Amino acid sequence: MDVAAAKAIGAGIAVIALAGVGIGIGNIFSSLVNSVARNPSARDQVFGLGILGFALTEAVALFALLIAFLILFT
Amino acid sequence: MAAGEPTIDALGQFKLHTALGPIGRSVNFTQSNLLMVVAGALILALLYYGARPRAVVPGRLQAAAELSYDFISRMCTDQIGEEGRHFFPFVFTLFFFVLFGNLLGLLPFSFTYTSHIAVTAALAITVIVLVTVVALRIHGLHFFSYFFPAGAPKLLAPIIIPVEIISYLSRPVSLSIRLFANMVAGHVMFEVFATFMVMMAGAGVIGYLGAVGPLALNVVLMGFELLVAFLQAYVFAVLTCIYLHDAVHLH
Repeated sequence: MDVAAAKAIGAGIAVIALAGVGIGIGNIFSSLVNSVARNPSARDQVFGLGILGFALTEAVALFALLIAFLILFT
Repeated sequence: MAAGEPTIDALGQFKLHTALGPIGRSVNFTQSNLLMVVAGALILALLYYGARPRAVVPGRLQAAAELSYDFISRMCTDQIGEEGRHFFPFVFTLFFFVLFGNLLGLLPFSFTYTSHIAVTAALAITVIVLVTVVALRIHGLHFFSYFFPAGAPKLLAPIIIPVEIISYLSRPVSLSIRLFANMVAGHVMFEVFATFMVMMAGAGVIGYLGAVGPLALNVVLMGFELLVAFLQAYVFAVLTCIYLHDAVHLH
C-alpha cells in the first residue's frame, strides 16, 4: 500500500469518532428540549448549560478532525 | 500552490511571517504579535470610548461596553460566588483577549493568534498556575485534601488520588487544545472549501455553476464560525471560573 492511500484510509478511520460526538450532541439537545418543555421558566439557566455541554462535546469532534487533518496535510 | 493544478494547502495559512518590515524582522515581531496588539488596542478603545459618555440612556457603544462588563461580572459571581469579584479583572481580560483573537481571525487576510498551541497553552498554563496559587493561599496545605474527597472509603485511596491528580493536571491540556483545535479546524474547513471552488472553476462553465455549492457552504460556515468564536471564548472563561470555584471552595 502506498503512503497516499494509507493516509486517506487513516484520516477516514480517525473521523469515526464523530459518530460518538453526534450521539452526544443529540443527547444534549434532546435533554435540553425535554427540560425546557417541562419547565419553560428555567429556559435561561438550562440554555447556558446546554450550550456549554455542546461546546465541550464538540471539542472532542474537533480533536478527531484535527488528527485527520494532521494525517492528511502533514 | 502550483499554477493550473491547485492542491489543498490547508495548514499554510498558519505559518508565521514577520510584520512591520525590517524593524519587525530584526526583533522577530510576527503578524501574530501584531494582531495581539491590535486586539488589545480594540478592547481598550471599546472600553474607553464606551465608558466616556456616562449617559443614563446608553448609546450603542456604551451599551456594548456595559453589556460586556455585566456579562462577565455575572459569570464570575454565578460560578465562583461572592469571592468571584476578586477574579473579575482576570476573567474579563482572558475572555476579551480570546474573543477578539477569534473574531479578528475571521477577517480576510488576517491571522488567528488563538490557532497556535503556543498561545493557547500559555493562556491555559497561566490559568492553572493562578488556580493553584489561589488554592494554596486560601487553604494552605489543606488544599491537598482536594485530591481525596471527604467520605470516600480509605481503601480506594490508591486509585482515587492518582485519578484526581491526573484529572487536575490534564486541565490545562484540554483547555488549550480545545480552543486551538476549534480555531484550526474552522480555518482549515474554510481553506478546503475555498480550494474546492478553485478546483471546480478549473472545469469550465459547468464548474462555475458547481462552484456555487462550496461558496454557499463557506458562507454558512462563516456564520457558524462567528458562533464558535464567541462560544469558545465563553467556554474558556467559564471553565476558568469553574476551576477558580474549585480553588476557592475545594469541592
